[in-house]
Amino acid sequence: MKQFSNRYIFIFSTVMVVSVATLLSLAATLLQPAQEKNLEIEKKKSMLESIRISATRENTVELYSKYITGSFVLNSKGELVEGVDAFTIVLRNEQKKPLEEQSLPVFTANAGDGEKVIILPVEGKGLWGPIFGYVSLKSDMSTIYGVNFDHKGETPGLGAEINTSGFEGMFPGKRLYDNDSFISIQVHKGGADPNDIHGVDAISGGTITSKGLENMLHDCLIKYNDYLLKNRI
Amino acid sequence: MSGQEREPMFSAKNFKILTNPMADNNPITVQVLGICSALAVTVKLKPAIVMALSVTIVTAFSNLIIAAMRKNIPDRIRIIVQLVVIATMVILVDQLLKAYVFDVSKQLSVFVGLIITNCILMGRLEAFAMANKPWPSFIDGLGNGAGYGMILVIVAFIRELFGSGTIYGFPVMDKIGAFKTGYVNNGMIILPPMALILVGLIIWVHRSRNKNLIEK
Repeated sequence: MKQFSNRYIFIFSTVMVVSVATLLSLAATLLQPAQEKNLEIEKKKSMLESIRISATRENTVELYSKYITGSFVLNSKGELVEGVDAFTIVLRNEQKKPLEEQSLPVFTANAGDGEKVIILPVEGKGLWGPIFGYVSLKSDMSTIYGVNFDHKGETPGLGAEINTSGFEGMFPGKRLYDNDSFISIQVHKGGADPNDIHGVDAISGGTITSKGLENMLHDCLIKYNDYLLKNRI
Repeated sequence: MSGQEREPMFSAKNFKILTNPMADNNPITVQVLGICSALAVTVKLKPAIVMALSVTIVTAFSNLIIAAMRKNIPDRIRIIVQLVVIATMVILVDQLLKAYVFDVSKQLSVFVGLIITNCILMGRLEAFAMANKPWPSFIDGLGNGAGYGMILVIVAFIRELFGSGTIYGFPVMDKIGAFKTGYVNNGMIILPPMALILVGLIIWVHRSRNKNLIEK
């Protein structure tokens, strides 16, 4: 085995680390615009899916401007906040602030069948990482029109099933409110009673993700409580 | 290499390097490496196939890079150098996937990053690429990636078919009317322990049929 001096080893590792760092930062900088565009399209696509419109990557931007009619930002008392763009709000950062300072985005949309809906973003914790999504409500501000969930790294076939149509399809028609009291949606292990207007089936093998999703819906949507009660028809 | 006769690109020896990891020296069933990812990504066929491809690409190219600079790598820091090369390759693959095939990158989520910790990669770099020329090392990487991927696809096929009743997302069991006869999907098979048992069964069948592997 060839012997190398300490000097050589130091120079070798310095050169290696510097060149690898240059290569990676170059790659990250060059690819960033493409990646950010993907994320923006992804966000718009998820919102469209929550009002039950399936978009492809190509027509997402077009469909978004057709169906999503506007957006505004609320505080936790349900009052309008000026000067903040709802689309650029990062929910994860908002959730770190105290409740009074949080900005709560709301999007308004005309769904495909002419129903006027509002879209609320939600974000919470799954088993391995964040789970997030959009919930659209009919104008009674209680009945769910559609949902779209996604996740960062839930197990394929188990927790990751939250973004399949089989799971999301159980939500439309369920209600957040029982008269004036906020109930949210519960997931039931072993299957929910089909007549239960506040319950859906949990995912087998994905209990922690299902529970995380239940908490996410409750914690995120209850912040809109004042607004929803005030504006329901 | 001047003076020596150049070996043809696909000599019998190189072919053996390519096929050996698929049978006699399979990284999963014989060397029992890379088990954790084999359990994690085999619930469905699609992530298993993409994972197999990513591992193959990363193993082949990091083998190639390490073999090309093997004479200049100081022995005392060789493991660190190997890790840096693997990590660089994996991050590059991850960034490229995110920029150009966003949907696939979403499918694989954390598993691309976890390729770094796959023992097969370090194992091949240490055992093969450090002592061989770039081209055979590249082939060795391809062969080991394929040997790993083969087992992944077999396990994923069985787990998806019996666990979810689908193949590559296509509802086979529903289409052939199995559910009408009272058949139900086996929920147990989508849990990680069942993958381990399946891998164990494959090892058993493999060892009992391959004479080279029967221990005296």
